[in-house]
Amino acid sequence: MIHKKIAVIGGGVAGMETAIQLDRIGYPVDLIEKSESLGGHAKNWYRVFPDRRPAAEIFEILHSNLKNSRVEVKTSTTIKTFEKKDGKIFLSDQENETNSYDAIVLCSGFELFEASRKEEYGFGIYENVITSAGLEEMFNSGSILTKQGKAPKRVGFVHCVGSRDEQCGNHHCSKVCCVTAVKQAIEISEMLPETEVFCFYMDMRMFGPYYEELYRESQEKWGVQYIRGRVSEAAGNAGGSIQVKAEDTLTGRPLKMNVDLLVLMVGMLPSKDTKQIAGQLDLKTGVNGFFKAWDDHYQTNLTSQTGIFIAGSATAPMNITDTISHARAAATEVDKYLKEINNKITY
Amino acid sequence: MDIAGKNKSQFGYSLTKGRQIDYDKNNMKLRDFVISNEPSLLLCIGCGGCTATCTAGGFTNFNFRKLHNLLMRGETNNLEESMKKCMLCGKCKLVCPRGVNTRNVIFTIKRAFAMTDFSKPLK
Ligand SMILES: Cc1cc2nc3c(=O)[nH]c(=O)nc-3n(C[C@H](O)[C@H](O)[C@H](O)COP(=O)(O)OP(=O)(O)OC[C@H]3O[C@@H](n4cnc5c(N)ncnc54)[C@H](O)[C@@H]3O)c2cc1C
Ligand code: SF4
Ligand code: SF4
Ligand code: SF4
Repeated sequence: MIHKKIAVIGGGVAGMETAIQLDRIGYPVDLIEKSESLGGHAKNWYRVFPDRRPAAEIFEILHSNLKNSRVEVKTSTTIKTFEKKDGKIFLSDQENETNSYDAIVLCSGFELFEASRKEEYGFGIYENVITSAGLEEMFNSGSILTKQGKAPKRVGFVHCVGSRDEQCGNHHCSKVCCVTAVKQAIEISEMLPETEVFCFYMDMRMFGPYYEELYRESQEKWGVQYIRGRVSEAAGNAGGSIQVKAEDTLTGRPLKMNVDLLVLMVGMLPSKDTKQIAGQLDLKTGVNGFFKAWDDHYQTNLTSQTGIFIAGSATAPMNITDTISHARAAATEVDKYLKEINNKITY
Repeated sequence: MDIAGKNKSQFGYSLTKGRQIDYDKNNMKLRDFVISNEPSLLLCIGCGGCTATCTAGGFTNFNFRKLHNLLMRGETNNLEESMKKCMLCGKCKLVCPRGVNTRNVIFTIKRAFAMTDFSKPLK
């Protein structure tokens, strides 16, 4: 055991993997999660792109690795104050218990865009307007039904809800929602073969390996249809269906369409905790509000403060694969840093 | 060789001069004037949100997104006539995800056409 103590803040995929790797190197680690259980957002997903394996499979690996480690998991723990003093970082939780650490890794993740903020899409007003996260819940429950208890005959997906939108003050692209829509469109087509599925998009961003292939599969095998146009508004009809309006820009004509279920692809925003932590520790955030790395190419786990590291979707919208890689890189950087300060002391 | 004629015989259509955007020959004066007065037009990504919500576009072939794109390519024939269909209601501005001041774009175009002499620099 190395006598340097590390805290990892946030127990999603990023925090779990960072803690596992630091333990492997030999550091004592506290993994601090504010909610009752580990897993973050991804534990709520049904099957994950690009291969549509159950998300639970990934968590089996993470939980088993954690179980076989000496990582101290502290759930239901909220850090109230973060303070850096004399090369140490002091964290006090809701019970005013204070611990000091030699390094911390911030894995505070993201927050979903509050869909009701885009009033014109009718979330919270019309029952059959749901979010992408809500649809994952439906998948997990095993049935996709409208509020009227019927299987939807037509489903529409609205891309870029709360992302790439000046009206909400969010300029950034949330990166994963295009491919999430493709994945979800396939799930619906598989569960309900008679159902027509339409995606309304501005640009299709298939950034990762096998994503473009999944997009092709959705067309070729499942008949998912893509309409290039931003939905301007959604209105409820009697009977529960929803009318959407967009311009079908590729034909150059305004289009209206009734759907039984409308799914809003809500964006990924920096969590409120990120803002609070950045304020207390005097860390830089980017124009998108996420933690800003010291160097966007070479030092993506370092912040403007020594001893304070960042990993995962707290730094930018990110998929699970990249989150895990980023977490591992963070562990390497923390180790390098602690060894360097150790050498300085022994000199 | 008569390329247009050859195309016609091979593919069943003819490449007429009028259809093609001749970018190098087009007059960009109006575009430059609109952009210098309303630079937010540069941010348009052609999503069609404005056209989807447009009051005039529901009844006529008025397509605001297309007019932007044509203006940016220097295609300004019939633009003045088309602009008359706009009711200046401003709904387009409320939906634009890029914060284009669409209403002021329209005003600026109208202002440009109100100025008679296009050969002098527009200001
Ligand atoms: C609808 C949707 C579907 C998706 N589907 C896929 C998919 O199919 N495949 C894929 O690869 N990716 C998918 N993603 C992306 C995936 O969810 C993320 O990559 C992943 O959740 C990132 O993990 P994270 O640990 O960085 O953040 P999070 O999952 O947000 O976890 C952060 C954790 O930190 C905790 N926390 C935050 N602040 C504090 C604090 N101050 N103190 C203590 N704890 C704190 C939170 O409670 C949370 O548990 C999807 C995303 C969305 C929105
Ligand atoms: S990933 Fe796609 S849906 Fe999500 S914000 Fe980017 S372009 Fe929009
Ligand atoms: S809504 Fe804005 S970005 Fe979209 S086409 Fe219209 S002006 Fe361009
Ligand atoms: S201001 Fe003109 S272009 Fe904009 S929505 Fe109204 S009628 Fe359409």
